[in-house]
Amino acid sequence: MKSLIYVIIGTFFGIVMYKSEAASWFRIYEMFKFQSFHMFGLMGTALFTGIFLVNYIKRKHSKDVFGNTIKLTPKDKGVKRYLIGGIIFGSGWALIGACPGPMFVLAGAGYIPILIVILGALLGTWVYGLIRHKLPH
Amino acid sequence: MNWIFEPWPWYIAGPLITLTMFSLLYLGKNFGLSSNLRTICTIAGADKSCDFFCFNWKSQYWNLLVMLGAIIGGYIASHYLSKNQIPTLNPKTIENLHSLGFESAGKSYAPQEMFGNNAISSPGVFAILLIGGLLIGFGSRYAGGCTSGHSISGLSNLQLPSLIATIGFFTGGLIMIHFIMPMIF
Repeated sequence: MKSLIYVIIGTFFGIVMYKSEAASWFRIYEMFKFQSFHMFGLMGTALFTGIFLVNYIKRKHSKDVFGNTIKLTPKDKGVKRYLIGGIIFGSGWALIGACPGPMFVLAGAGYIPILIVILGALLGTWVYGLIRHKLPH
Repeated sequence: MNWIFEPWPWYIAGPLITLTMFSLLYLGKNFGLSSNLRTICTIAGADKSCDFFCFNWKSQYWNLLVMLGAIIGGYIASHYLSKNQIPTLNPKTIENLHSLGFESAGKSYAPQEMFGNNAISSPGVFAILLIGGLLIGFGSRYAGGCTSGHSISGLSNLQLPSLIATIGFFTGGLIMIHFIMPMIF
């Protein structure tokens, strides 16, 4: 039963991604062309409500369902890995029109070619694991 | 209830993404989809090739379930909650895409040229999909997260690394759309 809640959250997320068209290649292209406010509004409102919510949680030391204080794991300090990794990720995001969430949403929606993308993403993750000691972080 | 079958506006969907993040925080978890790629690598046996994949993947089992949910959500949304949903794009975008050879712009949810059933019979498209996937997988792990982990979760927490990563995401995206894509299509 405890597992089911995660499937439900994921299902909800998947529906939101599809219905808001954040999983549409066309919307991502349009965003990078600055030809529509849609995606900026979507991420903007998510961010605005998110900043407000996280601030509230931290100020009130809110507890999760198990009674532990809610913590957001901080990311390690650094610049290079975020900038270089970010640029590489961003170019893939724009080319495919989907990031790791929408990728799976599209698989569920029945677009078979997205499976090649998922395979590529797994390979890319694996290659990173193999050579990460040689990369600037 | 008819609104549910229409495209959802950004001001509804944006807060719903935050609700997804909050649900996970309330369960003691952090929102981030790309971690699943590493978990799947580990399950597939990548832990034998390097220590990056040596971790107890069962601790990430919950995230695989979120991913499974996203697949189910895509199925439900496209089959039961949509009447052939087609994004209403800026006419200029459609014009740009037609000139790049994307005839399906304005006529479908995803470009048939890349995601149609016959698309992967073209070696060029197959290569683009594979390379795009490689960039996404490699880049998200190098940057320590993707759009959900950095641009939503991390930025909500006002973290500098997530801001740098998000600037990187947009820099890479702009280079791809404005400079590289006109060369490959």
